[in-house]
Amino acid sequence: MIASFKKVIKTGWLNFVRNSGISIATCFIIGMTLFLMTSLLVMKDITNYLINLVQEKVDISIYFREDAAEQEILNLKDQIVKIPEVKDVVYVSKAEALDKFVERYKDDSVVMESLAEVGNPLRPSLNVKAWQANQYEAVITFIDGSSSKDLIEKVDYYERKPVIDRIFKTTTMMNALGITMSLILAMVAVLVSFNQVRLAIYNSREEIGIQRLVGASNWFIRGPFLAEGAMSGIFASVATTIVFSIILLILSPRFDVILSGFSISGVFFAKFWPLFFIQMLIGVGLGVFSSIIAIRKYLEV
Amino acid sequence: MIKFQNISRIYSKNHIGSVTKIALDNVSFEINKEEFVSIVGKSGAGKTTLLRLLLAEEKPTKGRVFFDGQDVHKIAKSKIFQLRRRIGTVFQDYKLLPTKTAYENIAYVMEVMGYSDEEIARDVAEVLKIVGLSDKSNNFPAELSGGEKQRIAIARALIHRPDVIFADEPTGNLDPYHTSEIIKLLLNINNFGTIVILATHNREIVNKLKRRVITLENGMLIRDEEKGRFVL
Repeated sequence: MIASFKKVIKTGWLNFVRNSGISIATCFIIGMTLFLMTSLLVMKDITNYLINLVQEKVDISIYFREDAAEQEILNLKDQIVKIPEVKDVVYVSKAEALDKFVERYKDDSVVMESLAEVGNPLRPSLNVKAWQANQYEAVITFIDGSSSKDLIEKVDYYERKPVIDRIFKTTTMMNALGITMSLILAMVAVLVSFNQVRLAIYNSREEIGIQRLVGASNWFIRGPFLAEGAMSGIFASVATTIVFSIILLILSPRFDVILSGFSISGVFFAKFWPLFFIQMLIGVGLGVFSSIIAIRKYLEV
Repeated sequence: MIKFQNISRIYSKNHIGSVTKIALDNVSFEINKEEFVSIVGKSGAGKTTLLRLLLAEEKPTKGRVFFDGQDVHKIAKSKIFQLRRRIGTVFQDYKLLPTKTAYENIAYVMEVMGYSDEEIARDVAEVLKIVGLSDKSNNFPAELSGGEKQRIAIARALIHRPDVIFADEPTGNLDPYHTSEIIKLLLNINNFGTIVILATHNREIVNKLKRRVITLENGMLIRDEEKGRFVL
């Protein structure tokens, strides 16, 4: 058993080397498929990051009446934090709100003069961030039913609702579009790889017929082709990983400037081994599976 | 051992249109153990069709082919290799594996049957010496002459000591010296009990052999003689 396995591998390797032209072409095509898939995975990370970035900016503010006691507001804050849909709540006191306002308009003399006349017109507020857009509704319902409702002057949710909805709709759509496009591209790539392996085996159809006629069993014929397919997959995945790493190392610094706080190469190298094994699995799977399907027809002799 | 029973093979259609060609017409004969049989006939008489039917490469339009009591066309495709291993075939067009060297072509049959590397190395070297091609063992078929390819095909057919050797025009490309060497070799193998079926249109060989001769003409068996001659 082990001896014949060794023989199959040896024959597969010999065929791989002797048909080097076709073998390289097959490796190249499978490599392109793997490259595309890896790019799509990394792209998905980038899109997720960008979508998160946009969603991070979305929040609602609850403004309190001027006479609301800080302790009461903080009590409400504690209650809101406990709502499962809420990601984060930040309390902005009257003084902090003024500081922020001054910071923003310190160069605008008209605003600053008016401010000096009226004192601090700003209200204390709670900034609430939910995990998802449709969850703000739950926060609002909670506040409406809470005993502290009287303290609240205004919630800016209703003004912001259309914008919030649109942002979340767009990002969800982008995500779905990305996944669909990735699936279509991956499918096309798989079909092209499959066709390449089929062409390689089509070249050997006469040889397969002869092997049948001199008494080789189907598995004895199939074995070396499967080994060859697996070798193409292994070489393709190793080459793809090397090329991808080099490209990322060159391009990453430029992208990292644009995507501040996000490092493409960091994401890639953090997942290096899992990605490499997935690539190898897909490459070998593609090579072997395509070979099994393609060879079937010629074993009829 | 081998029995062709009322065999007809009609090629009814080719891919251009409907052309009916009768390759074999109600042919029946038996070949027993240890026999040396020549099958003679002009080109297109049906000799190669007999081989194809015996190897179950094709099905007869009518009739049955038995090998060792078993109807060869009732054997499952996935099991047919067991039959083919018992028949060493020299194909008219050699059918050597183009990506394997002369040595590997001969060794392949032994690998298929699970011989050890040592046995393969020993026997292949021996048989290459017998067919006079030891110096060409590393050449690919494309680098060999017609006669050399034919001798490799013969070596491949007999390397694993099959029960039957079916040689389809095995001397077609050989010079007189190699022709007589190959015939001697086939006779020798036959002496050890292997059935030899020799399909040929070489009058001289058949007449010299003085063995059984089956004559085909236009797909029909017209003569079957114990110590026959080439008469057409």
